Amino acid sequence: MSNILSLTTFLPILGVLILFFIPKESKSVLRGFTFAVTLVTFLVSLLILTGFQTNAEFQFVENVPWIAAGPFVMRYNIGVDGISLWLVILTTFIMPISVMSTWKAVEDKVKEYMICILILETSLIGAFISIDMFLFYIYWELMLIPMYFMIGIWGGKNRLYATMKFFIYTMVGSLLMLVAFIYLYMIGSQAGIPDFSVLHFYNLHLDPSVQMWMFIAFALAFAIKVPMFPLHTWLPDAHTEAPTAGSVILAAIMLKMGTYGYVRFAIPLFPEAAHRFAPLLATLAVIGIIYAALVAMVQEDVKKLVAYSSVAHLGFVMLGIFAFNVQGMTGSMLQMLNHGVSTGALFLIVGFIYERRHTRLITDFGGLAKQMPIFATMFLIVTLSSIGVPGTNGFVGEFLVLIGGYESELRWWTVVAASGVIFAAVYMLWMFQRVMFGELNNPKNQKLLDLDAREIAIMVPLLLLIFVMGVYPNPFIAKMDPAVKKLVSQIRPASMDAAAKALAAVPVANAAESNETSEQNHTGMPAGHPVIPHEGQSTSPAINPHEAK
Amino acid sequence: MFDNVWLIPILPFIGFLINGLFGKKIKNETVIGTIAAGAVFGSFIVSCMTLYKLLSLGSEERLAEVKFFSWITSGTFNADVAFLIDPLSCIMIMIVSGVGFLIHLYSIAYMHGEEGFYRYFAYLNLFTFSMFLLVLGNNLLLMFVGWEGVGLCSYLLIGYYFHKKSAGDAGKKAFVMNRVGDFGFLLGLFTLFWYMGSTHNVWTITFSEMAKTSHLLPTGGVVTVITLCFFLGATGKSAQIPLYTWLPDAMEGPTPVSALIHAATMVTAGVYMIARMNYLFIRSPETLTVIAVIGACTALFAATIGTAQNDIKRVLAYSTVSQLGYMFLAMGVGAFGAGVFHLMTHAFFKACLFLGSGAVIHSMHGALHHAHSHDDAQDMRNMGGLKSKMPITFATFLLATIAIAGIPGFSGFFSKDEILWQAFSNPHHGSLNILLWGMGAIAAGLTAFYMFRLVFMTFFGECRITPKAKDHLHESPLVIVIPLIVLAGLSVVGGYIGIPKVIGEVLGGIPNYFEHYLDPVFKYSEEYMSVHGAHGGIHNIALEWGLMGTSVLIAIIGITVAYALYVSNTGIPVKFVAAFPALHRAVYNKWYIDELYDFMIVNPCKSFSQFLWKGFDVIVIDGAVNGVAKSVMALSGVFRLMQTGLLSNYAWSMAFGVVVMLSYFILK
Repeated sequence: MSNILSLTTFLPILGVLILFFIPKESKSVLRGFTFAVTLVTFLVSLLILTGFQTNAEFQFVENVPWIAAGPFVMRYNIGVDGISLWLVILTTFIMPISVMSTWKAVEDKVKEYMICILILETSLIGAFISIDMFLFYIYWELMLIPMYFMIGIWGGKNRLYATMKFFIYTMVGSLLMLVAFIYLYMIGSQAGIPDFSVLHFYNLHLDPSVQMWMFIAFALAFAIKVPMFPLHTWLPDAHTEAPTAGSVILAAIMLKMGTYGYVRFAIPLFPEAAHRFAPLLATLAVIGIIYAALVAMVQEDVKKLVAYSSVAHLGFVMLGIFAFNVQGMTGSMLQMLNHGVSTGALFLIVGFIYERRHTRLITDFGGLAKQMPIFATMFLIVTLSSIGVPGTNGFVGEFLVLIGGYESELRWWTVVAASGVIFAAVYMLWMFQRVMFGELNNPKNQKLLDLDAREIAIMVPLLLLIFVMGVYPNPFIAKMDPAVKKLVSQIRPASMDAAAKALAAVPVANAAESNETSEQNHTGMPAGHPVIPHEGQSTSPAINPHEAK
Repeated sequence: MFDNVWLIPILPFIGFLINGLFGKKIKNETVIGTIAAGAVFGSFIVSCMTLYKLLSLGSEERLAEVKFFSWITSGTFNADVAFLIDPLSCIMIMIVSGVGFLIHLYSIAYMHGEEGFYRYFAYLNLFTFSMFLLVLGNNLLLMFVGWEGVGLCSYLLIGYYFHKKSAGDAGKKAFVMNRVGDFGFLLGLFTLFWYMGSTHNVWTITFSEMAKTSHLLPTGGVVTVITLCFFLGATGKSAQIPLYTWLPDAMEGPTPVSALIHAATMVTAGVYMIARMNYLFIRSPETLTVIAVIGACTALFAATIGTAQNDIKRVLAYSTVSQLGYMFLAMGVGAFGAGVFHLMTHAFFKACLFLGSGAVIHSMHGALHHAHSHDDAQDMRNMGGLKSKMPITFATFLLATIAIAGIPGFSGFFSKDEILWQAFSNPHHGSLNILLWGMGAIAAGLTAFYMFRLVFMTFFGECRITPKAKDHLHESPLVIVIPLIVLAGLSVVGGYIGIPKVIGEVLGGIPNYFEHYLDPVFKYSEEYMSVHGAHGGIHNIALEWGLMGTSVLIAIIGITVAYALYVSNTGIPVKFVAAFPALHRAVYNKWYIDELYDFMIVNPCKSFSQFLWKGFDVIVIDGAVNGVAKSVMALSGVFRLMQTGLLSNYAWSMAFGVVVMLSYFILK
């Protein structure tokens, strides 16, 4: 029980070892076995969820020596807190679904494909639970490789371009991050920090100029992964070329690495720099929301449209993070999960029709609702969740992000971002209308079969989550709340605390005045009585009831 | 006390689940219809009980909140799933469940034989559920859930005949325009929450707490911003200028849907919202002016369009937009009670009118179908003389028309007259009042005109349908007729619970029950007004009688003109059109507002997006990315040349390097 995290992480690798011994011809055994492995991993990960104590600390911690090379001390140091908990669960939850989704789509090199998926799972979970920064980096790099192959081997026509683009884009960022990690470690070891544990580095008060450069390196690496405008162009290509499971994993989990990186590393390690760059990053996030929505609107390929919608959604996540308050951060964390669920589901939906028609062009469809009613219903629910209709998960996250943003210094950014809710409705509903509504006049579409049992089984858990998280999100929020609160207080930079104190100290002279007026409000008039507020008093003092009498 | 209030929304929700999940297997229309209508009837019973309990309380105690669970809690923000029961929400649930039940009942016959029968009733129940959430929610966010929920159902039901492109387009248009409004709603919510929280440490979005702390708000300033944002939300949902154009298009949906959603209930949500937060709106004279002016303009503007439409449902649609304008006019002049009163009477007579038109269309459709004619069943030019064929429909329709036209004694008269008088006499807008009253009065005349035009074209004169089809015209079945009769009855008597004071006094001191009933809801506004300018406004009984007479006269003129043009001298409209072709074209084409929006917003947005994608994304960003890749390749091509593998080359370059370094150190 104590190393449940390691168990969850390495179960897929164990599966890989056994996969080696399964002959590559027996495809259904390969599939069934991989599915079983991911399912067991999910069930095991539920123990993490049930055993998780609602507090701000890292739990299920395993911390053993790993590599000691010269001045560098790396430890196998892992644990989950409220921030990573749900991301781990999301990962283990999405995996069996992705395996199921490629039951029929992948016929070629099934064994290799399944190995890729399992390695991917280990690296994703590993990255979320790493406390040791070097360990995180290893997993971060490791996950690129299976994804590279998944797109490059089982992808569409233009897969080589897409996979190279994906790989190099991310690699550039990673290298910057690596350099920053090493530099950070050097500074840390001078300050007496013994190893790579990120927890030590949180307390390291770096010089603002150092912070700035380090933040830039981290922020760039993570911004590529998110991806933020204008570093997003690898995403539509990667998504359109990737096989369905690749898209699902990429969108649902891998993109979260970027936003998670901000929350876990870039911001708490360099809070002052983060505050300094907040306006810039918020601007990019908001541009991303609007820009991606507009570009999504005119896409001709459904999958590309969904990919651009991802960029817009993650813009909301970034905005919430940089609100630096509890609502914004909670909203972002929720939105990461929501995006995982609903965009994952959208890619599955796209996969369903692609497998049937081998096209994703919107103009090739129309009127499918008549032919495929179950599909239509599910598609509609997922679409609504993506738009963020209340009652679905998408609303809760988006709302908290927006209200958090509005309370923060990013008010005007939030106003612009909020207009994104309009555009989201436009592009999603327009696409839905063109695919599902209208006359069923394309003869190729008239023979389409509705979803089969397997496909329904894949979708149902996602649909349930869409409603559960929309109607009763508080259990999700409660688990992450202490960690989020801690994070928010942690990233309030020291200088800001000082400034706040200074501000509080200065207006001593006014204090007497304000005391007086507030006393008047509280004692002088009964509750509910229409007291004229202070602002009003100066303009129309004559009609104050008390003075009039 | 109100323990069973949760049943009100849950019953239709259960109906939705049953019909939505199993309706396809149930197949039997009677079962499906009974489940759906029965669920809403159950809500109606519980609503009646709730109202009864509320009335048994003293007027000061008529406010209860029932909490079910915490929905979203994060930091200072909390939103519960909890219901607010007060006179306002009670009157709304009565309207929604009562009118809703009648329309469900009606739909059973109207939708008979439709392919997606179960889908229709599932959506209709889901709508009813959402509408209950909207009016019962005790906080802004739960209201917003209902607010979006009804919008979604509206989208689904407008697009019910989804194989028609026009239906899909209309649904999308409705949803998107509502979203523009929602954007405003959200900003209003944010600003209110943030302002009250950061300046007064009151972090709430609960209506009752907002009301209690509303004295902390200033007059104007930030409140103007908040209320204008909310009002933007209202213009979307309630189809006011500038976001009204979706409602006429929404007539693509089945007619009972138009009656329930696009006349009686959903579109009044904006009015309800303002009434619910009256204590905010009363604090911003600027917003009140905006609301009053927009309301009056919409009332007048939509009425002009209504005069030239030939599609029976479109006339009613513009009429709805126009009547909603009256309600907003009432809100804008601070006459919240009068606005809600008109909301109620309008629900009666407009639902009756829509259902009546549905009966006509249904009959026409059947007749044309029998005759294998492709004439438009909704075009009034194909109708005429139906009063002998469909006497009950005609009678109920006529009663409702008299009610909307504002003839004394009928419900519409009481509510509309109250609004017009308040528009004239309210203390908020100074000399603007006369203009507001004038616009309202002219719109009333136009209303009387276009409604009677509709009645004359549809039910009077000669039957213009093909003779073969004519014999197939028939009165509708009982399930359709009964709701018509009930609603027509309500259209006649519904006004007597809110008799204006001047008339009540003449009749022997009958109080305005409706206004007294709603008093607790507007308590905080009253208190505010009693401090701020209670002495404004006009109290002149003679003048009130005079204005009342004037508006009745205007209505009668409208009716007379309609009679003259469409019964006694039917040649005039043709001549009029011939004389002013441009004017007629403009009015007939709805003043080209849709085209204007397309030209100014939709098309530029599309081309800009195309540019962003193909210009910016592909050429600029990817151009840069691929450019870097290409230059790296080119550069490595150059570097490759240096790795020749020839020792002498390497020696030369070493020597060159040594020379460079040496010269650097020497010259330094």
